[in-house]
Amino acid sequence: MHDFLIMNTLGYPILSLLVFLPLAGAIPLLILKNDEAAKYWSLFITLVIALVSLPLYFKFDRTTALYQFGESHTWIPMWDINYTLGIDGISLLLILLTTLIMPLCVLCSWRYITTRVRPFFACLLIMETSMLGVFMALDFVLFYILWEAMLIPMYLLIAIWGGPRKIYASIKFFLYTLAGSVLLLVAIIALYLENGTFSIPLMMGQDYSSVFQIYVFLAFFLAFAIKVPMFPFHTWLPAAHVEAPTAGSVVLASVLLKMGTYGFLRFCLPITPEASIFFMPYILWLSIAGIIYGGFTALAQSDMKKLIAYSSVGHMGFVTLGIFVFNVHGIEGAILQMINHGVTTGALFIIVGMIYERTHSRELALAAGVGKFMPIYVTFLGFFSLSSLAFPGTNSFIGEFLVLAGAFSKSKIIAACAIPGAVLAAAYMLRMLQKVVWGGEKNPDQSYLQDLNVREIITLAPLLIFVLWIGLNPAPFLDVMHTSVANLIQQVGIAGADQQSLIEIAKLVIPQ
Amino acid sequence: MEIASCKPLYAVLAALIGSILVSMAGRKPNFREGLSTVAAVIMFLIIASMVPDVLAGKMLKCMVFDILPGLSVTFRVDAFSMIFALAASFLWIIAVFYSMGYMRGLHEHAQTRFNTCFALALFGAIGVAFADNLFTLYLFYEIVSVCTYPLVAHHQDEEGYMGARKYIVYLTTTAKGFVLPAMILIYVLTGSLDFATNISTGIFPPGVNSTLVTILYICCIFGFAKNGIMPFHHWLPGAMVAPTPVSALLHAVAVVKVGVFSTTRVMLYVFGVDTMSALNLGIPTAYFVSFTILMASIIALSKDNLKSRLAYSTVSQLSYIILGVALLTPTAIEGGLIHITNHAFSKITLFFCAGAIYVASHKKNISEMGGLGRTMPFTFAAFGIASLSMIGAPPVAGFVTKWKLLVGTMEMEAYYVGILLVLLASTLLNAAYFAPVTYKAFFGKRPAGEKYEGVKEAPLSMVIPIMIAAIISVLIGIFPGFMMKFVDRVTPDNVAVAMPQYNPAGAPPFIPSVKGHGAPADSHEAPAESHGVPAETNGAPPGH
Repeated sequence: MHDFLIMNTLGYPILSLLVFLPLAGAIPLLILKNDEAAKYWSLFITLVIALVSLPLYFKFDRTTALYQFGESHTWIPMWDINYTLGIDGISLLLILLTTLIMPLCVLCSWRYITTRVRPFFACLLIMETSMLGVFMALDFVLFYILWEAMLIPMYLLIAIWGGPRKIYASIKFFLYTLAGSVLLLVAIIALYLENGTFSIPLMMGQDYSSVFQIYVFLAFFLAFAIKVPMFPFHTWLPAAHVEAPTAGSVVLASVLLKMGTYGFLRFCLPITPEASIFFMPYILWLSIAGIIYGGFTALAQSDMKKLIAYSSVGHMGFVTLGIFVFNVHGIEGAILQMINHGVTTGALFIIVGMIYERTHSRELALAAGVGKFMPIYVTFLGFFSLSSLAFPGTNSFIGEFLVLAGAFSKSKIIAACAIPGAVLAAAYMLRMLQKVVWGGEKNPDQSYLQDLNVREIITLAPLLIFVLWIGLNPAPFLDVMHTSVANLIQQVGIAGADQQSLIEIAKLVIPQ
Repeated sequence: MEIASCKPLYAVLAALIGSILVSMAGRKPNFREGLSTVAAVIMFLIIASMVPDVLAGKMLKCMVFDILPGLSVTFRVDAFSMIFALAASFLWIIAVFYSMGYMRGLHEHAQTRFNTCFALALFGAIGVAFADNLFTLYLFYEIVSVCTYPLVAHHQDEEGYMGARKYIVYLTTTAKGFVLPAMILIYVLTGSLDFATNISTGIFPPGVNSTLVTILYICCIFGFAKNGIMPFHHWLPGAMVAPTPVSALLHAVAVVKVGVFSTTRVMLYVFGVDTMSALNLGIPTAYFVSFTILMASIIALSKDNLKSRLAYSTVSQLSYIILGVALLTPTAIEGGLIHITNHAFSKITLFFCAGAIYVASHKKNISEMGGLGRTMPFTFAAFGIASLSMIGAPPVAGFVTKWKLLVGTMEMEAYYVGILLVLLASTLLNAAYFAPVTYKAFFGKRPAGEKYEGVKEAPLSMVIPIMIAAIISVLIGIFPGFMMKFVDRVTPDNVAVAMPQYNPAGAPPFIPSVKGHGAPADSHEAPAESHGVPAETNGAPPGH
């Protein structure tokens, strides 16, 4: 039907199943009367989704850059709007990350959520539908609807189950992302008027004029930069993270932030390659600013959730840095770093949630010295903190290594400027680890604390496995993205070949 | 010749599994210390069992994780790694006994955590010794940093936390700030992080920008801050708040030697003697570390606290090793490398003595130890012997180092006078800050009103390890042959090492020699060809 799509041959529409299963799973939650049953049902349905998503990895054709497991149905023929789904090496891992994270979100809300339990889990499941859909959609209208649909359950998660300043945080989150979304819509309509289609792959590789590209790119960029969030559009993030319930923070950090960087990879680079090259130096410097700023701000935090939220700004700076160096190392590192950040930061938010359930505080000073009474807890914290600071042998090291290797090939100055961010990551993570494990001479009395129970260990263990697995054997994760990344670089490269002048301009802003 | 063998992996795992078992055996102190001992002995035996292969010129290799192309966790055992691994694993055994006596003698808390981290630190140290590439080296280097933090902060008081904080800040900042970017840049330039198989060629392809290589070199020298080169040495005196067995094994043997070993490994096997002399990196390094040698000795003179004095003495002595290697003449390199072992045995004796003195008399300052030697003769006798080694007097181990360094300095064609003066001055300084300790202890007056009541010789579990370490210090001074066998393999006689030579018209062009010729053992057929342009143009005489 389309030459960019390999139709699904599994015998059942796996992508549609993944998108609609969570939504279908949310319906019984509205009928059920029992809160406990709702928890078990949500856990069951998210686990089923995780299992259903596994064939995506095993049946994935690593040799092609086309979109696979494709499905296409006509939706609104008048405007050529189709229901088209398909995945490639860039979205595959993000989908698997989402299906992995969701059962853990259910598990970590088991005791945390005490009011309006059933609507909470319904929100989580509706979130899952829209998140998975965003990564699969190949039609711009479908994409935009799912992108917007994501905002509402997330807004509710913060506004209903959030902390003391939940109204402020949720409104701020909503306004920021909505502002970005409006620009995204403008860009989509502009592209439709130019092409007469909403099909995303058909918009790639078209010969748009430079000015058009620059406008479209800027609209895209603002929408996605807010979502990432890139410095200086990040201010909604700490507020949202601090007030959100644990599961909300985990979804936000692990999946929602990736939407922005996914947008860069899926739309900015292939659709507006010239403009991407034109703006590349500025975005690289913004990434550096984010890395350094996130690091310093995280160092100054006394609230653990804020600390991790600012560390996210720094980590996502590495991701955008990797994307915009336009080489294999950089982009593969960036995609891997997106997965790593999802695993590690998600785990760290779960861990902070665990201490919050016990002490009802996220203050670092009040959590000082829990190591003595919660040895299992601090062991997990230790591993995830090391992962977050890119300790060799953990997942983040591989991501950061590849990103920096890509950056060094691009410009040694840019890469050298990112190094202080890596040092700062060690500083703020080790500071937090030291405080929580050891504290100081006068620690608050922590002797009433219970160590992790089996449910909590089961919540963290899968993430720990991925921390070490990606850290020591990243090949299974990098294999699936090689072809798609090579294709992406080719798409940018073709545009770059006849745009020597843009590259010359770029050289003025980036010292080689 | 390269042979695949899992023995290096087993040696590293012995320490790791040992530490896990120790952490689970907390409730039974005797069983726990038994486990530590067994792990230490097993590790030493595994390492010792590789000696024949290494002496036969073989290199044992074991790949554990293949991470990215050119990036893997791989172990290698060659003569160079043996110098460090043998000393560290042997000293772990006697340190286990010693710390048993020390920790129980002082009724220290958290002994299980102490023993677990101790084993983990050795896990990291042996991992560094057996690293086959820069990534593996960096991985285990960082493991050592993190796992020794609880040991430094052991007392959990204000002083302990401050010292430990300084420790971790210095070590991780330099590693992440310098070594990490250098490593990534080397990976970008060469596509691999594997060490070369000999000390002359290095791993850089021809035509690499020489300024860049110089910057990378500087990053590597400062990045491994465990080597104690000034100005990044402050963590070492700060870490002396740790219990003495920690200072002894870790801050005289494992941790600091990990730093020096990493530095010299990278100097010789990543950059290589050819590159270093072509870019004229050796002599400036030698003079730079000379400053550390002299300055640290002068600071040591001013310290009354015995452990502080030993700490600064360590800072000074570590730079001897780097100095020797930086001189780039075969004999000087041998002198530097043999000092890894020599200093380990002598310095551990000194720290053991300091700990024994503290356990027996609760004295920390040298000024309070007048006449104490008459009460604790064995301890102070051992201290005296080890001091002689530090000073470099025959027949103790340190003399071998001094001799080799002096001969190596004379082999240089130019700029040796300054180095000779530095060696001479530092010898005098060493004597000035070590001799009075022993002298006062035996012949000095007791401080007024001090009776040393109830003070007697330290317990046997401390004195025996002290005596063993002291005796070995003497033995490897009288019979340096055994350890020299390994050092000789690193710088085989038949490898003509290029002489550094200053060229007033500008540094010679950077032309690294042909990469990847055979192992050093079989390269003697064609030294001139295989060692490239610098060796020819400088007309280097053979090493011996």
